[in-house]
Amino acid sequence: MGKFQLITKGLVKENPTFVLLLGMCPTLATTTSAINGMSMGLATLFVLVLSNMAISATAPYIPDKVRIPAYIVIIAAFVTILQLVMQAFTPDIYETLGLFIPLIVVNCIVLGRAEAFANKNSVVDSACDGLGIGLGFTLALTILGLVREILGSGSAFGFKFISGDGILVFVLAPGAFMALAYLIVLFKKVTAKKGE
Amino acid sequence: MEYILIIISAIFVNNILLSQFMGICPFLGVSNKLSTAAGMSGAVCFVITLATLVTYLFQYYVLVPLEIEYMQTIAFILIIAALVQMVEIVLKKISPSLYQALGIFLPLITTNCAVLGVALMVVTNEFSYGGSEPHLLNLGESVVFAFATSLGFGLAMILFAGLREQIALNKVPKPFKGIPIALVTASILAMAFMGFSGLV
Repeated sequence: MGKFQLITKGLVKENPTFVLLLGMCPTLATTTSAINGMSMGLATLFVLVLSNMAISATAPYIPDKVRIPAYIVIIAAFVTILQLVMQAFTPDIYETLGLFIPLIVVNCIVLGRAEAFANKNSVVDSACDGLGIGLGFTLALTILGLVREILGSGSAFGFKFISGDGILVFVLAPGAFMALAYLIVLFKKVTAKKGE
Repeated sequence: MEYILIIISAIFVNNILLSQFMGICPFLGVSNKLSTAAGMSGAVCFVITLATLVTYLFQYYVLVPLEIEYMQTIAFILIIAALVQMVEIVLKKISPSLYQALGIFLPLITTNCAVLGVALMVVTNEFSYGGSEPHLLNLGESVVFAFATSLGFGLAMILFAGLREQIALNKVPKPFKGIPIALVTASILAMAFMGFSGLV
């Protein structure tokens, strides 16, 4: 598989949110607006690319029995770096996303890519894979955030286009489940048609 | 009094699954059958309470005195992973029947964000109950909070599994089969739980 395909497959065919249904906690919790969704996606992308590269480089030296704890430590190290960087440069976003930044450690997408791809492929391929899956995740979170923001508060990326409030429930918890359900169905429909 | 407020708030008002979105993976993954949902809830209950106790002590007796609070994430996830392993070994030795019921769920719990989430929440977030000043929880409150949160997890999980068992008997439109209909159900369940908001 070429490098380019490795990157693009994460966007549609193996989209982590709409197809593989991984990493649901941040997907539902941080998509109250398009900006928040995108920030969460990019934060995960950062960890995903670096941890994929590090795990791919160290995999031959890690004994098979302790590989999962070792991966978790590597991932946690990058998450800590991300936390410190975000606290320093983007304190507002860090404040909004809150607990879900440290919780990237237990995001199944990151550990899943380490186990399924990074530990048996080269560093460059792993970086491409991380980039692709990360971009797919970012795309999905941005779309979900955008839908919820438009319906829930009548704005897109912070620009308000109706006066007054939207359908408030879409910003709250039930709207997150509902919007994601319908987006998955829509995604299934569209990709199924393409396949025919 | 405050303990009662903590318990009600953690189970109903700020339900970990339906209003904070932590631990969604097992919520969607193992809620097909009531019995597995109950087993998972039991295991989570056990681990969350224990993990919060240990990480709380670790935070205030190791990380804070040494001024290395930034190691929190790494330290906590390692503690949780070690704890889960230990619980598995101990349970196997002293109570094989309980091990049989909870055993298969234990390895999954390390990467359940509810466990790490609650452990981090009690040492970083400030809580306010019944109009009191926002404050960090003390040890007793933290453990009660963790236990009540895991009860809330169990409650949502078991209700949801019951609903899904019923849905499995009905005809669902084809694109909605599987996860989408589960998400729609979860949405309605979350709406029901919104009725509790403002209670505490």
